[in-house]
Amino acid sequence: MIKARVTVTLKNGVLDPQGKAIEGALGALGFDGIGQVRQGKVFDLVIETADKAKAEADLKAMCEKLLANTVIENYSISLA
Amino acid sequence: MKSAVVQLPGLNRDRDMIAALTKISGKAPVTVWQTETQIPDVDLIVIPGGFSYGDYLRCGAIAARMPVMQAIRAKAEQGVRVLGVCNGFQILLEAGLLPGALMRNASLKFVCREVKLEVANADTPFTRAYSKGAIIRSPVAHHDGNYFADAETLQTIEGNGQVVFRYAEGTNPNGSINDIAGVMNAKGTVLGMMPHPENLIEAAHGGSDGRGIFASALEVIAA
Repeated sequence: MIKARVTVTLKNGVLDPQGKAIEGALGALGFDGIGQVRQGKVFDLVIETADKAKAEADLKAMCEKLLANTVIENYSISLA
Repeated sequence: MKSAVVQLPGLNRDRDMIAALTKISGKAPVTVWQTETQIPDVDLIVIPGGFSYGDYLRCGAIAARMPVMQAIRAKAEQGVRVLGVCNGFQILLEAGLLPGALMRNASLKFVCREVKLEVANADTPFTRAYSKGAIIRSPVAHHDGNYFADAETLQTIEGNGQVVFRYAEGTNPNGSINDIAGVMNAKGTVLGMMPHPENLIEAAHGGSDGRGIFASALEVIAA
């Protein structure tokens, strides 16, 4: 069994209205000096295999096919 | 000409779309459920609006991976006309049948109001009832209609006349880049748009500016 975490973030240059709103709200709470907030997604997956290489290849395919929209998002994969 | 309306869980504008197609073409469209792998022989396939799969993951992301999309892709490759409205547009983008992506509205608010659209390209199977530069009224109702494409894609679609509709007269409701409200594929057979032309087709709607899109696509334009 392999535990994996996929992180999906917006590409640089893609406007993130939600991140902007969070940035504003943090400022309103008195947190100063926040240069930027970008919102992303985290997926925790459990994969029923012992084959690390296969899991990595499968995770990459999952990201390309579904978990990320590569027009606007980047992804990274880490195995526990 | 014959049409089909695609149905998926969470889509809720399918009845409006069926009514519009029936009234304009005089023939009820066939309905196609998401698990179908074959689409009947039709001239126009419409993916209506709504909130397929609750907008989970990203708007249209799950719907775009359903079996029916493979069938739609095959039909589109054969040159069958495909129209996606609102969530249908999001689904076509997620399926890779159209370039770009739709993001959360810049205002972060759901917008439900009327906008003005400029017909940026009237030389398409969907807009030949209009003249280029015509300004038409259209309702919009969405939370994620903020069109985005990278600089290279934008240059390509602008250069090829793939931008079919733009929000006009300062009515851009969502922050879309270049005021883009509707785009088509390079072949000109697949159109996606955020506004809802099916909700402005008769006197009871307060106008019929949206009629031309269906009349064009179904070739029922009055001579």
